[in-house]
Amino acid sequence: MAPAVFLLLVWMLVPLCMTLWFSLRDYRPLRGGDLGFVGLENFVRFVSSSSFWPAVFTTMLIVGGVLLVSIIFGVLLAMLLDQPMWGQGVVRILVIAPFFVMPTVSALVWKNMFMDPTNGVFAHIWRAFGADPVVWLTDVPILSLIMIVSWQWLPFATLILLTAFQSLDSEQLEAAEMDGAGPLARFFFIALPHLSRAITIVILIQTIFLLAVFAEIFVTTGGAFGTRTLTYLIYQRVLESQNVGLGSAGGVYAIILANIVALFLMRIVGKNLDR
Amino acid sequence: MGRITLDKVRKAFGEVEVIPPLDLTIEDGEFVVFVGPSGCGKSTLLRLIAGLEDVSGGEIRIDGQDATMVPPAKRGLAMVFQSYALYPHMSVRKNIAFPLRMAGMDAAEQERRVKSAADVLNLTDYLDRRPGQLSGGQRQRVAIGRAIVREPAAFLFDEPLSNLDAALRVGMRLEISELHKRLNTTMIYVTHDQVEAMTMADKIVVLRAGHIEQVGSPLELYRTPRNLFVAGFIGSPKMNLIGGAVASAHDAATIGIRPEHIRVSDEAGDWTGTVGVSEHLGSDTFFHVNCEGIPDPLTVRVGGEVDLHYGDRIHLSPDPEHLHRFDAEGLRLP
Ligand SMILES: Nc1ncnc2c1ncn2[C@@H]1O[C@H](COP(=O)(O)OP(=O)(O)O)[C@@H](O)[C@H]1O
Ligand SMILES: [Mg+2]
Repeated sequence: MAPAVFLLLVWMLVPLCMTLWFSLRDYRPLRGGDLGFVGLENFVRFVSSSSFWPAVFTTMLIVGGVLLVSIIFGVLLAMLLDQPMWGQGVVRILVIAPFFVMPTVSALVWKNMFMDPTNGVFAHIWRAFGADPVVWLTDVPILSLIMIVSWQWLPFATLILLTAFQSLDSEQLEAAEMDGAGPLARFFFIALPHLSRAITIVILIQTIFLLAVFAEIFVTTGGAFGTRTLTYLIYQRVLESQNVGLGSAGGVYAIILANIVALFLMRIVGKNLDR
Repeated sequence: MGRITLDKVRKAFGEVEVIPPLDLTIEDGEFVVFVGPSGCGKSTLLRLIAGLEDVSGGEIRIDGQDATMVPPAKRGLAMVFQSYALYPHMSVRKNIAFPLRMAGMDAAEQERRVKSAADVLNLTDYLDRRPGQLSGGQRQRVAIGRAIVREPAAFLFDEPLSNLDAALRVGMRLEISELHKRLNTTMIYVTHDQVEAMTMADKIVVLRAGHIEQVGSPLELYRTPRNLFVAGFIGSPKMNLIGGAVASAHDAATIGIRPEHIRVSDEAGDWTGTVGVSEHLGSDTFFHVNCEGIPDPLTVRVGGEVDLHYGDRIHLSPDPEHLHRFDAEGLRLP
């Protein structure tokens, strides 16, 4: 075990320490190199830059949008898949499939096959109804990104919610039915409370990963049209502006944020195991 | 009011006919127990009455009204499930009030009914707890509370005591019987335990493979079982069933004699045998006696403290008044 732990520590600790180290220095590789310690100046500059708050806002929009879509459709899909039906196994595998497609690939497929304003599937559909095709990535860039990322994360949400649904005691639903609860009341009073823990877990796990969404933005809009998230801003600071110190400070913020979410996640999962 | 009539009710799951056409009338205020071995269709029959399963044929009438197509909530019946089926995220109070809330009853009346149910069931101190924080017996009472607040035309119980330990079961059995006496509402109670059936029922319905084998009061079933199945099922310990030459001597294919209806003697008797294993209960002792000419050991009940030992030779005689005779089809002979 010891070698594995050692490897893991090195693997994680070296980049972490380097990020912390650079965040305290004014380091611009192509413009003067390492210019020495600057204290917390990078941290102050990162949050006071004019692109910071828009990036926070964009991040929240994308994370929130994807969460909303994947939870709502995840619950609906899970309910559908919970019904006994022909070819259940195959359908379930198909539903899970998008999860195994690399983010870069799925973003490219969406960009070129679906959202392309001349040759995309959507454009053809729009024209078939006599409408002008939407130029997705320029006109509604955030919505487009939410669609692409949701497509990738919907299977995960569906899978977790489906297992939660399957653990719902059918006698509870029948008892509620005899107690006079209609289908909607049964959903809101019995099924949804039963799913609440699973939904919270989905929200927390997805949030951690959604905060780091990068490839989808990189291959579609390249951060243009107001799609610059925090992660993307950090990337631009480091690689496009060649300001490693400033980018590292952003990275440290991101680490703190992800850890706060992870803390909640651990507590909820821990409680779940205790029961 | 709660008079329930089943008219040629039938149920099939796909190709499998679980309940062949069946007629049954349950009178208002009666405590009816459906009893039978596991898998004989008791739960299915109860769920048909509740409306949780659709009948494949026939008609269900409640108080004379055709209820065959009426959804479960509108039948005015309340059910207590084997798993209790409490809502885990609601407090006991909310659990009990749930059917009232669904009926749109005003909050004051809800509170009044929950209070009175909690009083009856000794739940007043637990109203703000979650079901997860209660013992098995308390959960059972919450499930009953949720049923009684609706003031239903009839209660349906599906093996409500099978998740409780033996001591608690005896207590709850009494409580349910008392509840029935107090409310005077029709109750249909499903169990595989013939002791529960005998102790609680006004009327027992013995089921086998979806068929009604016999309907009657506990004592009727005990005294005059209609066939071998009922004879073997009702009564504890089981009736001794003897075939072969011994039965032929009584002009029957099989004779049955209960352990409590066999006389034991040192000197003379119809059958001779050796004492096998004995079970001492204090008030009674049950001996297993291996008799000549009878393949299976006979169970014999003897009053409390008797001096018989393993290997003793004794003589047994069946009490002729309590001898049950059955023909080759297993039906009772007069
Ligand atoms: N939903 C169902 N689908 C198919 N078969 C069922 C279903 N429910 C019950 N059965 C069958 O019906 C028979 C009677 O079941 P049940 O009424 O639960 O018996 P009991 O309650 O007397 O133990 C069993 O053989 C069971 O396998
Ligand atoms: Mg059953």
